[in-house]
Amino acid sequence: MSFEDTRAGGQPGSPALAVRAWFALPGLLRFSIRRVITGVFLCIGVTLIAFLLTLVVPGDPVAASLGDVAADDPVIVAAFRERYGLDKPLPEQYLIYVTGLLQGDLGTSLNTRRPVLDDLRQFLPATIELSIAAMTVAMVLGVALGVIAAVYRDGWPDQAIRVISLAGVSVPTFWLSLVCLYVFFYLLGWSPGVGRLPPGALAPQAVTGMYSVDAALAGDWEKVGDALAHLALPALVLAVYTIGAITRFTRASMLETLEQDYVRSARAKGLPARVVVMRHALRPALAAIVTVSGLAFGRMLGGAVLVESVFSWPGLGEYAYRSALSLDLRAIMGVSLVIAIVYILVNLVVDLLYAVIDPRIRLG
Amino acid sequence: MSVSDSDFSKIHRRTRRPRSVWLQPLGLIGVAVLIGFILMAIFADVIAPFDPIAQDFRRLQPPNSTNWFGTDQLGRDIFSRVVHGARISLPYAAQLVILSAAIGTILGAIAGYFGGWVDGVIMRAADLVMAFPDIILAMAVVAALGPSLFNAVLAVVVVSWPVYARVIRAMILSIREEAYMQSSRLLGASSARALWVDVRPNVAGPLVVLGTLEYGHAVLILSGLSFLGLGAQPPDAEWGSMVSEGAKYFDLWWMSVFPGLAILGVVLGANFLGDTLRDALDPLAARRFR
Repeated sequence: MSFEDTRAGGQPGSPALAVRAWFALPGLLRFSIRRVITGVFLCIGVTLIAFLLTLVVPGDPVAASLGDVAADDPVIVAAFRERYGLDKPLPEQYLIYVTGLLQGDLGTSLNTRRPVLDDLRQFLPATIELSIAAMTVAMVLGVALGVIAAVYRDGWPDQAIRVISLAGVSVPTFWLSLVCLYVFFYLLGWSPGVGRLPPGALAPQAVTGMYSVDAALAGDWEKVGDALAHLALPALVLAVYTIGAITRFTRASMLETLEQDYVRSARAKGLPARVVVMRHALRPALAAIVTVSGLAFGRMLGGAVLVESVFSWPGLGEYAYRSALSLDLRAIMGVSLVIAIVYILVNLVVDLLYAVIDPRIRLG
Repeated sequence: MSVSDSDFSKIHRRTRRPRSVWLQPLGLIGVAVLIGFILMAIFADVIAPFDPIAQDFRRLQPPNSTNWFGTDQLGRDIFSRVVHGARISLPYAAQLVILSAAIGTILGAIAGYFGGWVDGVIMRAADLVMAFPDIILAMAVVAALGPSLFNAVLAVVVVSWPVYARVIRAMILSIREEAYMQSSRLLGASSARALWVDVRPNVAGPLVVLGTLEYGHAVLILSGLSFLGLGAQPPDAEWGSMVSEGAKYFDLWWMSVFPGLAILGVVLGANFLGDTLRDALDPLAARRFR
């Protein structure tokens, strides 16, 4: 999809026709094209930040890559600089960097001694599995609590939920992970502990990289159970912050829709409260809630760093954590890039969903 | 979820909490907790029975009458370390909030007041930073600068100014159109004077609310970075790094539980206060999501 498609029928280069053709497109399509283009610019900006950060890294990349003996030889150093374009002006270096990115060259991790792209491909599915599980929990519980709080506004359920949701956004995730692990694994034995599968268990045939899905695809239901049991506790801990955030937002949106005249009319004509709350008030509030959940998903990927490091969950966060400890900047940049791109994509999808949920919203 | 018809009548009750902020229990609890922690930081030497970094042969003791919170792997008294931890977490978080509020306010004011391409550049930069999850971008910055608490603060400033810039910009956009702003400009006031005299009092209240809420967030992210080994370095008695040390002695619960409770306490206090203030002072921002 590009600008060229939008000029169909007009002479190339004729601005008036192009503008007319642009506005003749359906609003949703126009909106999507614009958002994709903005997204591309955001991605370029993200790579620019990544590039600038690699510049400020202490220590000469030449010395780091060549080793002591070779770094002492000026001829080798010059050859190395020329080969990797380090003797060129900065804008040109940036172009070389982006060209590399487009070819999937994110550099080599100092830690794993593998291309960062391969590492990311290995670790991303674990994080996606964890975040999707956590997001599902957070949306169900957050919306439910938010609706209850709005309906019982200023009553005791509202006050209690307010305290619970404030506690949810206040608790340090890394500490809660430890406490939950201590209580539910060490003391009670309800949780199977850290990792994605029992020690020694073989990973299912990789299709998506998400163990619970892959095991289900392979028809190995025992493994599905194992994978879900390992997933439950970290997903719940990761969801806690987002539950708090979604609850508070749901309550605010619901209070707004509950004051609308059509809600009063619905009540006046004798519809049961349950129907009015769930159909008339919740539906318009949902559009805003979905948007907020998109933003929350980005935050959740960040929070996953802390949860994964405690639960030894071999995902992006754990990878970023180990990389950060050894100051492996290439790997951290790779993680940041991937997460920023996921964030941009999720928000694009969310904005499109917005229009589906609430037809009153005109995009474009 | 069951909703009875009688509950529904309460929905249209239009009473908005009429009481003053200072009479609301949640806000009062928040203030009390925060004051408690500030006093703890100031009088840390008096309160703590032991030197927070003095090592002793009584290692890994569970909580007892001498060491109320037990001792760690080097025999240091955990209660004393938690008390002294307030001297690290509270001021660094305050530093972080003040720095990013100052930068974000100035950039947001410039963007909102002058508009045009300046606005475009600043707000696109804000979007860009928001596209990175804060803790990961902060990790990258700290990795580049080298791990220390001060660098952690700098790194988090880099990721947290857009919150303030967005709110301030939105407010200035609406204030700019007010009649008193226009008359002030017609009287010959400079942009700087208009911003300082006419805009500043209007944004001060919401800024305080935002700062209070962000304070809790600052404590969380700084202790999170320290937990990852990217903030405070040993032997500093910092809460996040204490939890991290405790994680290595998994079955000795007291090593990580108490410092974690201290973090939870400060953040909860700030959020109780911030939430109450927001309801009272800034109903518009009540829908802002963070």
